[in-house]
Amino acid sequence: MSISYYPGCTLKTKAKNLESSALAAMKELGIKVEELDRWNCCGAVYSLADDDLIHIVAPVRDLIRVKERGHDTVLALCSMCYNTLARANHLMKNDEEKRKTINMFMDEEPDYAGEVRVVHLFDYLRDDYGWDKLKEKIKKPLNGLKVGPYYGCTLLRPKEVALDHPDNPSIFEKFLETLGAEVINFPMSTQCCGAYQVLGNPDAAVKVSHEILTDAVAHGAEALALTCPLCDYNLGRRQNIMQEKIEGSPEVPVYYFTQLLALALGLPAADCHLELNRESAVNLLKDKSYI
Amino acid sequence: MSYKITSKTIDDNLKRKVSEISGQMASKCFQCGTCTGSCPMIEQMHITPRRLMALLQWGQADALRNVNTHWICASCHVCQVRCPRGIEIPKVMEALRLIKLRTNENYIEPSNLQPEEIIDLPQIALVSGFRKMTS
Ligand code: SF4
Ligand code: SF4
Repeated sequence: MSISYYPGCTLKTKAKNLESSALAAMKELGIKVEELDRWNCCGAVYSLADDDLIHIVAPVRDLIRVKERGHDTVLALCSMCYNTLARANHLMKNDEEKRKTINMFMDEEPDYAGEVRVVHLFDYLRDDYGWDKLKEKIKKPLNGLKVGPYYGCTLLRPKEVALDHPDNPSIFEKFLETLGAEVINFPMSTQCCGAYQVLGNPDAAVKVSHEILTDAVAHGAEALALTCPLCDYNLGRRQNIMQEKIEGSPEVPVYYFTQLLALALGLPAADCHLELNRESAVNLLKDKSYI
Repeated sequence: MSYKITSKTIDDNLKRKVSEISGQMASKCFQCGTCTGSCPMIEQMHITPRRLMALLQWGQADALRNVNTHWICASCHVCQVRCPRGIEIPKVMEALRLIKLRTNENYIEPSNLQPEEIIDLPQIALVSGFRKMTS
């Protein structure tokens, strides 16, 4: 299998800690990926209007780059990129009429009919690599880390691109278990963090993010693991604002799932760019002697 | 919030437009309220997603123009995966947003964002926010 890697805009800057830890971990696991050399922004959100095909062009162009390279799979790390690419792919595969229109519109590009498979690192680890094989590679199990898996929206919804059951998923739990961590389930692990409403209605986003963090802590989590840079912004980076606005807001260390993976594989902390995480996240790792 | 429905307040144009843009039929909704019960953004909404579907069924265009429900929606899709009638509610919300945005009116003004805010925001927040709330 040949895999293209689609980084998306945020992973090169604000979420460098997601990208660098993931690339280091994949290298250690022997998962060979090649970054697309000519990728463009996927648009971050999939167009929800039936009469709006122009916003599907960007993600389809990325998929064409993968096919052109002779690769059969494209791997995404950012949940929003995964969702947008996977839905565009689903449309190109299943909607003949729209496929024709889009292919005709992009007449400078080769025709595309959903030939590439879009995966996220999670389903790749589950379906292709296997949890057992991953377990064998763990050198520093995260024993004693009480961590809540936070899924967010875009890995689980809508159904046609869901990595797992939208209401009762277990893929994240399985992943954290394999790393040796103690998984803390909490009911709000699949509830939205407010997403882009941080721009339009920031107070609403703070409110829902606060509910999620308090719920995780109430169920015994000492840290949260997540996959999406926008979730990380709302639930992690904005904790200061949350603490200013809502009395008694907890301080919760937040990590990208790939940072925990890299550490459990015994990779150096430098691969995790922990300076982009909260101070409390670094302190917890030190307290537990993981770094 | 209560609405008086008379022959004068019924405007089927909006209902038709929403169904053209979204590909969804509001008339399929049987008002179970599952969407409302699942919605994380409900507290800030003027009216619930279920009520929005009812107003749409009755063609209450004016009332719909004045509520913020579709602007507060975060497109989280939880209502969609749970709706027993298989209605893709986030598409209905998007159609209502687009009807305004396509008249060149913004819901948020990018120029009003503070530089220190922009500098900290991840790109996906800016791109998705502008896609959903600017024309
Ligand atoms: S869940 Fe579906 S059927 Fe039930 S009220 Fe909402 S839109 Fe209507
Ligand atoms: S998609 Fe919008 S309306 Fe539906 S549950 Fe999420 S925020 Fe509420």
